[in-house]
Amino acid sequence: MLEVRSLTVRHGYLQALTDITLTVASGETIAIIGANGAGKSTLLRSIIGLHRPSAGSIMLDGRDITVLPPHARVREGIALVPEGRRLFPSLSVEENLLVGRSSRRPGSWSLGAVYELFDWMGARRREPTIHLSGGEQQAVAVGRALMANPQVLLLDELSLGLAPTMVRRIYGVLPKLVKQGMAVLLVEQDVTQAMRIADRFQCLLEGRTTLEGKPADATKAQVEAAYFGLAGRTGPGSAA
Amino acid sequence: MNWVNAIVQGILLGGLYALFACGLSLLFGVVRVVNLAHGDFAVLAAYLALVVITTTHVPALLTFVIVAPLFAIFGYGVQRLIIQKSLDVSPLTTLLVTFGLSVVIQNVLLVTASADSHSFDLGSLISASLRITPELSIGYVPLMIFVTAVVVLSGLQLFLSRTAMGRAIRASADDQEASSIAGVNTRHVFGIAAAIAFATVALAGLALGSSSSFDPSAGPSRLIFAFEAVIIGGVGSLWGTLVGGIILGVAQAVGAQIDPSGGVLAGHLVFLAVLALRPQGLIRARLAV
Amino acid sequence: MTRPAADMATGTAAVRVTRSRRSALWGLIGAAVVVILLATLPYVVYADMTDLLVNAFILLVLASMWNLLAGYCGLISVGQQAYIGVGAYTVLVMAQNGINPYLAIPLAVLVAAAIAVPVSFLVFRLRAEYFAIGTWVVAEVFFLVLIRFRSLGGGTGTGLPGLALIDPVFRQALTYWSALAVAAAALLATYLLLSSRMGLDLTAIRDNEVAARSAGVRVTWAKRVVYIVSAAGCGGGGAVLIISQLNVLASAVFSVGWSAKMIFIALIGGVGSIEGPIIGTAIFTVIQQTLAQSGAWYLILLGSLAVVVAMFLPRGIWGLISSRLNLQVFPVGYWLHK
Repeated sequence: MLEVRSLTVRHGYLQALTDITLTVASGETIAIIGANGAGKSTLLRSIIGLHRPSAGSIMLDGRDITVLPPHARVREGIALVPEGRRLFPSLSVEENLLVGRSSRRPGSWSLGAVYELFDWMGARRREPTIHLSGGEQQAVAVGRALMANPQVLLLDELSLGLAPTMVRRIYGVLPKLVKQGMAVLLVEQDVTQAMRIADRFQCLLEGRTTLEGKPADATKAQVEAAYFGLAGRTGPGSAA
Repeated sequence: MNWVNAIVQGILLGGLYALFACGLSLLFGVVRVVNLAHGDFAVLAAYLALVVITTTHVPALLTFVIVAPLFAIFGYGVQRLIIQKSLDVSPLTTLLVTFGLSVVIQNVLLVTASADSHSFDLGSLISASLRITPELSIGYVPLMIFVTAVVVLSGLQLFLSRTAMGRAIRASADDQEASSIAGVNTRHVFGIAAAIAFATVALAGLALGSSSSFDPSAGPSRLIFAFEAVIIGGVGSLWGTLVGGIILGVAQAVGAQIDPSGGVLAGHLVFLAVLALRPQGLIRARLAV
Repeated sequence: MTRPAADMATGTAAVRVTRSRRSALWGLIGAAVVVILLATLPYVVYADMTDLLVNAFILLVLASMWNLLAGYCGLISVGQQAYIGVGAYTVLVMAQNGINPYLAIPLAVLVAAAIAVPVSFLVFRLRAEYFAIGTWVVAEVFFLVLIRFRSLGGGTGTGLPGLALIDPVFRQALTYWSALAVAAAALLATYLLLSSRMGLDLTAIRDNEVAARSAGVRVTWAKRVVYIVSAAGCGGGGAVLIISQLNVLASAVFSVGWSAKMIFIALIGGVGSIEGPIIGTAIFTVIQQTLAQSGAWYLILLGSLAVVVAMFLPRGIWGLISSRLNLQVFPVGYWLHK
């Protein structure tokens, strides 16, 4: 459903991503792992359209969306839950969710459906989001993305700043979404958490793919090597 | 004129200043642009109204029906074609571009309309007033302008808090990036915000033409008063522009009572005092507009 | 785990850092020669030529000062005319008290700088976007306060005493040399400021203020210094202005039109370089001489040019030239040689 082909993205003088290729099919969950600065967030942000690639393409259901602006990509069926939540501080919980409906894509997600998914939210819907805890804010951010009725859901560092129980609760809703056919591409610092829920994973280091495959097939040593860039690398700067 | 009269006139003048200020505040709160041609656009609207009056014989008070929507469309165009492009270069380029536009507008008006001052012919309404007490009377025109300001501010507040577009505007003002990834076409939304701001600028220009005379160079002083009203009332608050406008108006009126030529200076001094003592203004507000 | 630096640098030769390139040194020498040549002009050309140059020098000073603020601190001011007025009126007050106006020029510079100090605390409270109008309000306040003083001419202006006894030709030459001196001093001060340690801070601020602050640059202090220097320069410009006009009219000297001219010149020539205002002044003077008769039309042209240049040619004409030719007349940067 979502295809990224040979994507190369520059940040000023820095090459953030080099030749990244991946696919996510409907009902699949793909995890992107890697150390800080590996390019994971840049990848998601490029897929949603916040960064222009210097090479490569992004296809959604066979349609080329590489040059579309973010709001047009949301219309096509991608939604991003950004790193750090990025809720709108002067809007209430419900208003935040309603903004997610701006692209007016048809689908089964509505305020009622989101309140069913997160049963505490309905009662607190008129409150300003700054009154909520980190985990609750994360839930609102996920809800806001769901309101766009996406085919592909991008999740950026969901676990950042959250207690482990909160993290498990948030990730706990994923199976429901996946069963409905949604494709999920997530970025996660916590490798164990990522490997637990992903069908396939891809490891990034300095903007390149160093390892990919199924979590069950990869050994701990392989993942470590790919994560830190230890195995078979020569030249200056390879040691941490 | 006695003191009470001066203060009441000042309060009503605050309505005019609030009309000028809300467009400036809206554009800055949402698009993060200070439009240095703000006052000149208002004067342009006043001249446009004069043209409408002479060609269509529409009564002066009803010209807003034609001028305000025209200006809204004009504002959308200015935002998407000029201001957005300037913002893409750098945030401060907009200051230079709007300053250039200010000079261009003033001189185009000078060339097409001459340096003579004009005002709208409102007939007997200009001097008609409401007598409250033997010493205190309130002019109908200043009162109407004040009421217009309150109506506009209320309308804006309702629009921003109750409509989907208003929500999109507030979201884009909070966090443009997050808004775009939520599916909001932020460039279009900024255009709408500018359209609304320009519509209020048109109303302010018409109010100016109804209450006093104007000439091509009248813009900059209006910009300064609008700016002072925004800062006194508190950046980021719509109703703050009314409070700021009233304080400025009263300061100017009281100053003029003390010394006939000292009204404007008194207003400036109050502004500087607020800047020195309470730079965040008098009304603390939440983010966005 | 760390490795010795030599290992990390394997394969790259040592790098040499020098202050300036040969061509830049010639630029400085050339500038000195130009100043000397310009100083001989009163002996060579008629007074209307030197008068034209006096106006050009004043504009050059003003534009350079505006450019310092905008190009290196990101502070767009629309109120530097406040200090033009301060400079002019300081000379007036001194002259009314028997001091030779030419000798009052340095004093005008100092007074403008002194007044800029408390004003800076006030206007720096405004965020960058509102700073522009804030400086304009300050200029308006100066104007409104000054016209209350009858002794200074009030709103109708007054003549500058103290120069009536000097031979007119000699006076025009003296005025020309003062203007040349002030312009040369302003450019020299700008060059010294930008090539000093503070200049490095300013370039860092210009490139990325947040990064500069986190690297330890004292951003507010640097901006304040630049604001004061800019005010001082404008004071000098105002002092020369009143001497060349022999009278002062408050509404003219405090007019926002001065800011308009500064902005146009700096924009068209190129913001953020010393050479830019020089080119901009030359272009502006030509436009002014050929079109000034057309009154409003020439302002429409200038305003439109400013809009177009700001949007499409943000580094101005000098920016275009220097990036094409990799040229810098005043060496304020560093060069890396391999």
